Amino acid sequence: MGKVLMKGNEVIAEAAVHAGCKYFFGYPITPQSELVAYMARRLPEVGGLFLQAESEIAAINMVYGAASTGVRVMTSSSSPGFSLKQEGISYLVGSELPAVICNIVRGGPGLGNIQPAQSDYFQVTKGGGHGDYNIPVLAPASLQEIVELTQDAFDIADRYRTPVILMGDGMLGQMMEPVEFSERSDTEQCKKEWATTGTRGDGGPKIITSLELDAESLELRNRNLQQKFARIKENEVRYETYHIDDAEYIMVAFGTTARITMNAINKARQDGVKVGLIRPISLWPFPEKPFIETREHVKAYVSVEMSAGQMIEDVRLAVSGHAPVDFYGRTGGVVPTQEEIYDKIITVSGGVTI
Amino acid sequence: MLEEIIIAGFGGQGVMSMGQLIAYAGMLEGKGVSWLPSYGPEQRGGTANCAVVVSDAPVGSPLVTRPSTAIVLNNPSFDKFEPRVRPGGMLIVNSSLVVRASERKDIKIIDIAATDMANDLGNSRIANMILLGAFLELTKIVTADSIVESLKKVLSANKHHLIEVNKQALQKGASLVGVEIS
Repeated sequence: MGKVLMKGNEVIAEAAVHAGCKYFFGYPITPQSELVAYMARRLPEVGGLFLQAESEIAAINMVYGAASTGVRVMTSSSSPGFSLKQEGISYLVGSELPAVICNIVRGGPGLGNIQPAQSDYFQVTKGGGHGDYNIPVLAPASLQEIVELTQDAFDIADRYRTPVILMGDGMLGQMMEPVEFSERSDTEQCKKEWATTGTRGDGGPKIITSLELDAESLELRNRNLQQKFARIKENEVRYETYHIDDAEYIMVAFGTTARITMNAINKARQDGVKVGLIRPISLWPFPEKPFIETREHVKAYVSVEMSAGQMIEDVRLAVSGHAPVDFYGRTGGVVPTQEEIYDKIITVSGGVTI
Repeated sequence: MLEEIIIAGFGGQGVMSMGQLIAYAGMLEGKGVSWLPSYGPEQRGGTANCAVVVSDAPVGSPLVTRPSTAIVLNNPSFDKFEPRVRPGGMLIVNSSLVVRASERKDIKIIDIAATDMANDLGNSRIANMILLGAFLELTKIVTADSIVESLKKVLSANKHHLIEVNKQALQKGASLVGVEIS
C-alpha cells in the first residue's frame, strides 16, 4: 500500500481495522473526533458496525456487550469522556472481557480544554474505576508506532482477556506523519470458548458477569485476576532507550513528550552533557528493568511530563532511592518546548546555560 | 538537512494546506516529515498555523518553537512569529496584508505582495502558492514537481482543473526570488 500521510486519530482507526476490529461504539469529543468520524465511514466498508452512542457511558456498555460475544471491539474518547467510561472499564476487567479503549488526553481537570496533556497518567495506570485492577496501557510516540501498538493492544486484550488502553495526547491525535500499514501474519485470533454465542447443545450455559455475591468466591476471582496481572507484568513490558549506555543523567518521558525531550538531549549531547532517555511504551506495566540497570551509576533522573508530576512516582519506585529523581512538566495543555527541557538538563547537570 | 517551518495566517488563507503539501511532497521524496496544526483556541484572533518539519532523518519533535522559516500571511501572525524565527533563519511575509516591517538584522526577510499578485493571476485564493513557490526556490527542501504531484493526490478528480493555476502560482513565486522553475 506504500506510505500515506494521515492524522494520528485516523491512523488509530485504520490500524484498528487492520487488527480486525469490526465494531466501534463512541461519542465524539475533541481532540479525537476524527477517530470516530473515520470509523463511521470505514467500518461499513469492511462489514463492521459503527454506532454513535448517546453518551460515553452508553458506548462503554455497548463495548461490554459486543466483547461478550468475542468480537474485536473498540471505543475511544478524550479525558472528560474517558472519565465517564470508568465504571464500564471496571466491569470489563471484572468480567474478563477483551476490548481496546483509546484515550487522547487533553488538559484537565474538569472540562479543562482541548490542548494536549498527559495528566490522565494516574487514571490509566492506577485503575480509574473501582476495585483491585490494572490495565495494560500502551503509549505510542509516533504515528508509525500507533500502527504497531494498536495491533498489539488487540492481541494483548485477547491473550489475557482484559481491556487494554491506548493512550496518546491531543498533539499525537492531530498531527500528520507518513505511515505504512502492513498486514501482520502473526495476528492472534484466540479461540474464545467463553464467548456467549450460544451453546448449541455442546456444553453448559456461558455466563459473563462481574457479580459474585459470595465473599470467598470473589476473593478467589481476585486472586486469579492478580495472577493474570502478574503474568502481564512478566510478559508485556515495553520501553525504548536512547543514549543511556554512558549517560550520567537520564530523562524519562513517554509519547510526544519523549520526542521533544530527544531533541533537547541531542542538543545537550552536542554541548558535552552525557544525557540519555528512557521512554516507557507500556505505562502499565511500568518498565523497571532499565532503571534497575542504570540506577547505580546515574547521577540523576528527570521525569518530563505534560502533567504536574504523575509518572515521576513510578520512576521513584523503580529508582528506589538509588539516585535523585527530578521533574519538569507543563500543565493545562501547555506543551514543554525543547528549549525548556534543554535548560532543565543543563540545570540538573550543573552546567551553565548560555 | 532539518527545516522547521511555521506557516500562519487567517483561517481560509490555505496555511494548513500549504503545510500539508510540503509534508506530502517530502514524503514522496523519501524524507522524514511531520505536520502539526494549531487546533485550539489559539486559532481565535487570526493565527491559524501549522508546524512542518522536513528532515533527512526521522523527525524528532513535531513541535516547532524556533522555526528556521516562518511564512506569515497576516498581521497577527507576523506579530506572533517574527520574534520567534531563529537567528540565521528566514521570514517570508505576505506584504499585501502585513503592514509591519521587521527590524531584525539577524534573519533573512522576504516581502512578497502575494495577495495582490494572486488577484492579478485571477484567483485570490492562490496567494499561499505564490509564497510557497518562493519558499521552495529559496530553500529547495522539496521540488515544485513533488508539490504538483502531491496536489494531484490530495485534490479530488473534480478539482484537478485547479492544478494548472496552482502551478502558475508556484512559478510566479519562484520567479520573484530566483530562476524560473519548469
